Amino acid sequence: MPVLSEQVEFRMAHHTHTSGSRDIQMARSMCWHCQSEMSGEYFCERCVKVQPVSKETDYFTCFGLPRRLTIDQSKLEAKFYELSRAFHPDFYQNKSEAEQTISLGNAATLNTAYRTLRDPIQRAEYLLDLEAGSVKEIRTSPPSDLFEEILELQETMEAYRASDRASQAGHELRAQLIAEQEALERRKRDMEQQLQRLFTDWDTLQDRGDAGAQARAERDRLLKHMRDILSNRTYVKNIVNDLVATIG
Amino acid sequence: MARIVGIDLGTTNSLVAYMKDGKPCVIPGRSGRTMVPSVVAMTDNGLIVGDPAKEHLTRSPDRTVYSVKRFMGRGLADVQGELAYFPYSLTEKGGVIRIKLGEKTYSPPQVSAMILKELKQRAEAHLGESITKAVITVPAYFNDSQRQATKDAGLIAGLEVLRIINEPTAASLAYGLQEKTQGTIAVYDFGGGTFDISILKLKNGIFEVLATNGDTHLGGDDLDRRIADLLLHEIRAGHHVDLNAYPDHMQALRLEAERAKIHLSDNLKTQVAIELPDGTSRFSRELTRDQLEASVMDIIERTLAPCRMALKDAGLTPADIDEVVLVGGSTRMPFVRHRVQELFSKQPHWEINPDEVVALGAAVQADILSGGTTDMLLLDVTPLSLGIETMGGVMSSVIRRNTTIPASAKEMFTTYVDGQTGVDIHILQGERELAKDNRSLARFRLKVPPLPAGVPRIEVTFLIDANGILNVKASDMRTGQSQSVEVKPSYGLSDSEVERMIEDSFKFAQEDVTARKLIEARLEAGALITTTEKSLSEGSRLIAPDTLASIRAAVAALASAKDGNDPKAIRARMADLEQAAKPLSVAMIDDSLKRSLQGKKVTEVT
Repeated sequence: MPVLSEQVEFRMAHHTHTSGSRDIQMARSMCWHCQSEMSGEYFCERCVKVQPVSKETDYFTCFGLPRRLTIDQSKLEAKFYELSRAFHPDFYQNKSEAEQTISLGNAATLNTAYRTLRDPIQRAEYLLDLEAGSVKEIRTSPPSDLFEEILELQETMEAYRASDRASQAGHELRAQLIAEQEALERRKRDMEQQLQRLFTDWDTLQDRGDAGAQARAERDRLLKHMRDILSNRTYVKNIVNDLVATIG
Repeated sequence: MARIVGIDLGTTNSLVAYMKDGKPCVIPGRSGRTMVPSVVAMTDNGLIVGDPAKEHLTRSPDRTVYSVKRFMGRGLADVQGELAYFPYSLTEKGGVIRIKLGEKTYSPPQVSAMILKELKQRAEAHLGESITKAVITVPAYFNDSQRQATKDAGLIAGLEVLRIINEPTAASLAYGLQEKTQGTIAVYDFGGGTFDISILKLKNGIFEVLATNGDTHLGGDDLDRRIADLLLHEIRAGHHVDLNAYPDHMQALRLEAERAKIHLSDNLKTQVAIELPDGTSRFSRELTRDQLEASVMDIIERTLAPCRMALKDAGLTPADIDEVVLVGGSTRMPFVRHRVQELFSKQPHWEINPDEVVALGAAVQADILSGGTTDMLLLDVTPLSLGIETMGGVMSSVIRRNTTIPASAKEMFTTYVDGQTGVDIHILQGERELAKDNRSLARFRLKVPPLPAGVPRIEVTFLIDANGILNVKASDMRTGQSQSVEVKPSYGLSDSEVERMIEDSFKFAQEDVTARKLIEARLEAGALITTTEKSLSEGSRLIAPDTLASIRAAVAALASAKDGNDPKAIRARMADLEQAAKPLSVAMIDDSLKRSLQGKKVTEVT
């Protein structure tokens, strides 16, 4: 039956970001309500109606921040609270349906933006996405320097799952897995430190505002390096999660 | 803007509150009590709600519904384990539980609507205006179906539900208003049927929920059952009688267990007594606080795992918590307070009545929505991850738990075979890996133009609004056309069903009026009998013996009519009695006049 097959036969495509369009800070030119030219940020200066946050507005812009990887958390939070007070549906109960819809959409976007920027890793992934297209390709094979180790670890996990947990062998395998988990977590922390240095390099480069060929090459090198470490880190993180679930 | 009231629709008790001069206050009923027991009874004269219905728990257990909140947004399979505890019969239709009351069956939202109507009328009587808008609270850990069912209940009761808000966060609003607190607080909300823990950050009037967790089937009800089970056992062993066969005695046992539990919060021991079905013997024993604690300890321990989970999700340790607030009647138990204090190493707060604090907070939120309070804002989260079923029956998470709401996520869908014209999407809620282990929320079918596989691009937007309720939109990215999505809830009433229930509720309103008339007539008849008897004791000497006899006969006739169910008959006997007693009142007035005139001259009188 074709109907039956369709029930399961679909797949999810990943979000497609046409990275070019993100770069253009295209301001909405007109207020949706009074059609006057927009000069205010989120509210029309003439009729004071709330304006939808444009799809082209990236999260950094939304918070009035430059595209940097080091962010002052308390400033970010203060801005989040300020914008929440501006957009939250609680304050639009007496407004028109159009304004309520805009408030709901804006608040949802704001919440996603805050969640993304608040976390250094998500922030970096998002920036990479903006600067160089999606990084969300999930790594299915281990990074080359980890290949042997991961293969061995997977065998140990298999053996442990099959073993009698209470037996001597079970205890030994468990101890082995715990040691491996610690090693992987150390590695993850190393990668995070490495990332931190790259973040600083990125910010320094951006602050210089150099548009020369050398700076561009440096920019691309940094982005590629960050992307590699981020994807390796995600891989290691998933393995650690697996390990934790196995050890229980 | 019309007034918005705040309603706490609880498992065992419900309350309504409003904002008066910048302060929330709970609206009492005529008796002065603020709590309306969440009990609905079907009597021969229609439905009755609250305190009068509670009396029917033991009189007609099969037609008296309590703890209906446990069934909101659930299917029969979800409550299989506790069916034995409920004396009324439950069935299921269209994924929704139905409760049989006499001839008719009712959905849980309909029963809840009866409680809401009672609160609505109470507010209308108190405020002298029509009430059509409300904020209703739900346990923070309620899923989408349970929230939707609550919203439906509001609609059926004739209330526009402007916001569904979480009980622990509502409580934090009430505390925040009072204290103007800053810092990180944990709200431990242990009610009649549900448990919630919420961790919030309070800063400059913003109440940001960091994490929430809980169990929507864990509450005071479970404690009562445990005590009742203990007594049941002892009665079986000592008297060789199984009370399970006697629904009325089971209800009495449950109520006695609840009473003992409450008593043991302030006392170290209590006497428990149950009449046995043989009508002559009774079971009685002493129950100490220690014994109670030992038998319910594991239930209370079950509240601690969600607390630790919420702390972990918030990225905090107990030491990071500045204040702990206790909400819900079950937090009156000293053992609960003790365990909470141990977990957080902090003396918890309970300055605001734990039974009323949620309703008070709902009133604050109502005031925010109506524009009265502008300096406070609640940023709540979705308690459970939202996802969709992907190939292999795995749940793919779309919006993670503890995401601030409103929250939205977009997913792109395409086809897998050439010419496929639809994609079925199954929406889930929960934290488990496999789709089948999570809560099925709804299914819908995306319409797709027949094209080669992989060419169509349909973007689906999942939006969780500020009520924590899911909305779905879809649009074809190739044509830019949006399509309406008809989401079929897995455990909910369809729109047309809700509409029909709203119509029905007008019919019930008629029956309600009959029940109300009966109650009022009985009250007035009682008052008339009392005053007549008082007059008789003072003035019987003033009237002829046959007049006295006819008054006594009329009193007896009224007393028997009062025990019946016909308000008209009661009114008629009241009129008879008034008629019969007229000579008495005339004689008494004459007598008092005579006495006051004694010793006065005729000229002074005229």
